Amino acid sequence: MELQAVLMAAGGGSRMMDLTYNTPKPLLPVGNKPLIWYPLNLLERVGFEEVIVITTKEVQKMISTDPKVKLDVKMKLDLVCIQEDADMGTADALRHIQQKVKTDVLVVSCDLITDAALHEVVDLFRAHNATLSMLMSKAHEFTETVPGQKGKKKTGEQRDFVGVDGTGKRLLFMANEADLDEGVVIRKSIMRKHPRMHIKTGLVDAHLYCLKKSVVDFLADNKSISSIRGELVPYLVRKQFSKSTNSPKVIDETHQNLKKNDSNVNLEIQISSRDEELLHLTQERSCWNDHRGDMSDAYHGGRLRCYVHIMDEGICYRVNTLAAYIEANRLAPKLFDEPAVHPSAVVSERCLIGADSIIGASCQISDKTSIKRSTIGVSTTVREKVKVTNSIIMHGVTIEEGCNIQGSVICSNAVIGRGADIKYCLVGSAQRIEPDALPFETLLRPPCLRSTLTPTSTHRSTHTQCLFKQLNRNNTCLC
Amino acid sequence: MYHRYVVVALSRRKPNEGKELTKEEKQRLRKQKKHQKKQKERKNEKGPSETEKDKTPVSLLPPPQPVATQKAPSALPAPASAPIPVPASAPFHSSPAPSPADKPAKSKAELKAERRARQETDRAAKQPGSSSSGIKTKVPLSELNPVVKRLPEHVQVDDPAVVKRLAKKLERQQIPLRSDYGYKVSLFSHLHQYSRKAPLTQLLSIPSTVIHPSIVRLGLQYSQGIVAGSNARSVALLHAFKQVIRDYTTPPNEELSRDLVNKLKPYISFLNQCRPLSASMGNAIKYIKKEISNIPSQCKEEEAKTKLLTCIDRYIEEKIVLAAKAISKYAIEKISDGDVILVYGYSSLVNNILCEAFEKSRKFRVIVVDSRPRLEGREALRRLVQRGISCTYVLISALSYILPEVSKVFLGAHALLANGYVMSRVGTSQIALVARTYNVPVLVCCETYKFCERVQTDSFVSNELDDPDDLMVTRKGKTQLENWQDVSSLGLLNLVYDVTPPDFVDLVITDLGMIPCTSVPVVLRVKNLDQ
Repeated sequence: MELQAVLMAAGGGSRMMDLTYNTPKPLLPVGNKPLIWYPLNLLERVGFEEVIVITTKEVQKMISTDPKVKLDVKMKLDLVCIQEDADMGTADALRHIQQKVKTDVLVVSCDLITDAALHEVVDLFRAHNATLSMLMSKAHEFTETVPGQKGKKKTGEQRDFVGVDGTGKRLLFMANEADLDEGVVIRKSIMRKHPRMHIKTGLVDAHLYCLKKSVVDFLADNKSISSIRGELVPYLVRKQFSKSTNSPKVIDETHQNLKKNDSNVNLEIQISSRDEELLHLTQERSCWNDHRGDMSDAYHGGRLRCYVHIMDEGICYRVNTLAAYIEANRLAPKLFDEPAVHPSAVVSERCLIGADSIIGASCQISDKTSIKRSTIGVSTTVREKVKVTNSIIMHGVTIEEGCNIQGSVICSNAVIGRGADIKYCLVGSAQRIEPDALPFETLLRPPCLRSTLTPTSTHRSTHTQCLFKQLNRNNTCLC
Repeated sequence: MYHRYVVVALSRRKPNEGKELTKEEKQRLRKQKKHQKKQKERKNEKGPSETEKDKTPVSLLPPPQPVATQKAPSALPAPASAPIPVPASAPFHSSPAPSPADKPAKSKAELKAERRARQETDRAAKQPGSSSSGIKTKVPLSELNPVVKRLPEHVQVDDPAVVKRLAKKLERQQIPLRSDYGYKVSLFSHLHQYSRKAPLTQLLSIPSTVIHPSIVRLGLQYSQGIVAGSNARSVALLHAFKQVIRDYTTPPNEELSRDLVNKLKPYISFLNQCRPLSASMGNAIKYIKKEISNIPSQCKEEEAKTKLLTCIDRYIEEKIVLAAKAISKYAIEKISDGDVILVYGYSSLVNNILCEAFEKSRKFRVIVVDSRPRLEGREALRRLVQRGISCTYVLISALSYILPEVSKVFLGAHALLANGYVMSRVGTSQIALVARTYNVPVLVCCETYKFCERVQTDSFVSNELDDPDDLMVTRKGKTQLENWQDVSSLGLLNLVYDVTPPDFVDLVITDLGMIPCTSVPVVLRVKNLDQ
């Protein structure tokens, strides 16, 4: 077997608590399919037959019991549960399943929605015998207005600096703004080997990594690394150019030193493979070099190599913020060919459903409704004369007559009373909006003590006694 | 005509065998009549000659005749089948369809067979030991059946029947078919032309189950040019086969010697799709297949596997590493102090020779000639300068300017063909030609495992077409040939190999010694006898 797929689905979705406090992030509906379906579909299309899914007990229960969560995948899913409150990072999760890992791994995150050609990433991994190969994409600005946010505000997300060489494939430098004190510091050894480096900032990390098995074993020994993205990847990128990796070590010695319990247990010991002499002979006789202009051999004699494939076109989203969630809902339907209106939905004759809307299964859409650029979830009831524009309506929602919903997100099992006019709001799970309410740019969630709106109230305010006040500053809650 | 000889032969028979002979004669008559009936069915045009055969007398039937008549019908299908493979193997002569060519050919062959039968009876009549006639009649039969070699499929791309056959074979082996790219120059339309941007792996599933992962990795490295050069490719191939053998387990009810060879076939097709196999790789594969089939069936799996692994190691050690040492030893004798040596492109063997000569403190300098688009000479230059050898670097267009300075030319080879031609990187024949004009000795260095039984006199018949997009150059941000596909009258040709005639090569240095170019078939014959 060449590669094993590992899907990380234990994340909490800490940047979109409004949506995930009730539904775990892997099961959030995007285009009426659970979020976890997208990476699973990607793996299935590419040809994987088995996936190890690391998730929480809650998610596992919901997958097996809830009929609305149908995963529709033919692959064998090996669900590994971890404790929710254990606060495990992605690297900790990999360490947890070290016994199951028999070959090189492909780590995917559950919130990745992409149509990338995975063979590009894996080919880099194979051809150059790389230790790490990852996927990145050019970031697109989110154009949709996000409910609950006053205008366009930037949370000041920390930028990532990614340095690649002239070909655009070899990863030379990776750092997050948070880790840098004054400026970007690049070591002279890197500049001597790669005098031309392109540093890019506008890239989205797709969190898709091909890692060699020796890295997983290395993680098992080094328990201090807890996150793949935050710690392991920058460590590997730095280690490419460290002196110890490149010094000509005698291989026999390193085999004998395998038992040493050094905390910097050398990654390069574990990289050496059998028949090293033949590989060395091949490289010696081959006339290929990855760079030119200096006197060194291919790869500068280094044995640890990190590669990146940067996508120019195509869809690549990580659904970890509300803005990304809304954007994904708009674009996700392009990824699969199912009909926009589910055959089991009961749609009356005199309603207007736009071409880019999706109607889920078992819906009931009554007369004179207009649905544009929206997603209607499973088992939702929409009564007469309702206008839904630019919105996401999840499962089991009831929308009474005469409502006007614009640019909003209505979570599962909510009830919107008659005549409500909702603009750019986020209505939490199982909430009730009273008839004739007019919320504007608000977020409604429990467990605020008074979570119903009175008629004619249109205020937006921050309620200091709300239990959710620690979330983000611009969280508006109506009590 | 026929029975005259019959009468002569019978006159020597003993008279008291007459009665027994009559019974046997009757049986033979019956057989003969049956054969004649069959012959009549086959050749209806030949009226007069058959009536002659009907006139054979009943009583006079010598032993050779049934053999002769039996031989005649069996001789007929043989020459009839001989013309059929000839049109099939020469698709370039597209005009004669096989069926009309059969009938006149059959009649000619028939006449030939009859004539031969008569000659045989003649010879049998002259000699008393008539039992040997049976053996003698078989000798012309084998001459009638020549060993028919079919053209390999990768040089018949413009023949749709062959392409279909290849597609079916690949489908059976579950390997995707790589499609050709771009406009092919008409002279080379019978060869494959692939694009590097469309690798074969995009059609495979990612955790490759059909093909062993090390073979997938090897195929990728071949198609991207990471492993390039005849020796490197062979070593990498053998390394990958070692992994395959290590991971192999014999399925129940199968023998390792047969099953492993069958397992290797789809891998070889896959590698062929990624990049056409080189002659050295072909020889290495033949060796491995022979070794695998020679494993005795009572050998246990583990034992067999270790035996194969040691065989592979020994092959590499003997044919590549030690051969390089032997060739360097011979070649260093030819390098004298004060020499100016010209090398072309990158040849691992020639580089090895020069580095060893430098270590043995010969004083010489090197001129490295390079050519686009591969520009492999840069790598050769780097390795020589790293050792401390003083080098000059020119492009092939400056060849005639620097040749007056040169005292010797050392060339590497991709393969040495059976008629003495040298197959090497494109441009080598030019170097040899210009060197001959300037009377500079040309020495080709080649290991014996690269000797090939193929015969080729030009570079068109069998070659390799590389990605035409490699010929595009970007200078100052502008690529002039960017839209070459849109220009209907433009075709880009990126040839990889060419053949140098033996008249231009003065000496071939192999691990068996220094031989002239025309002695290659001798070496091949000796090698075949050894095996």
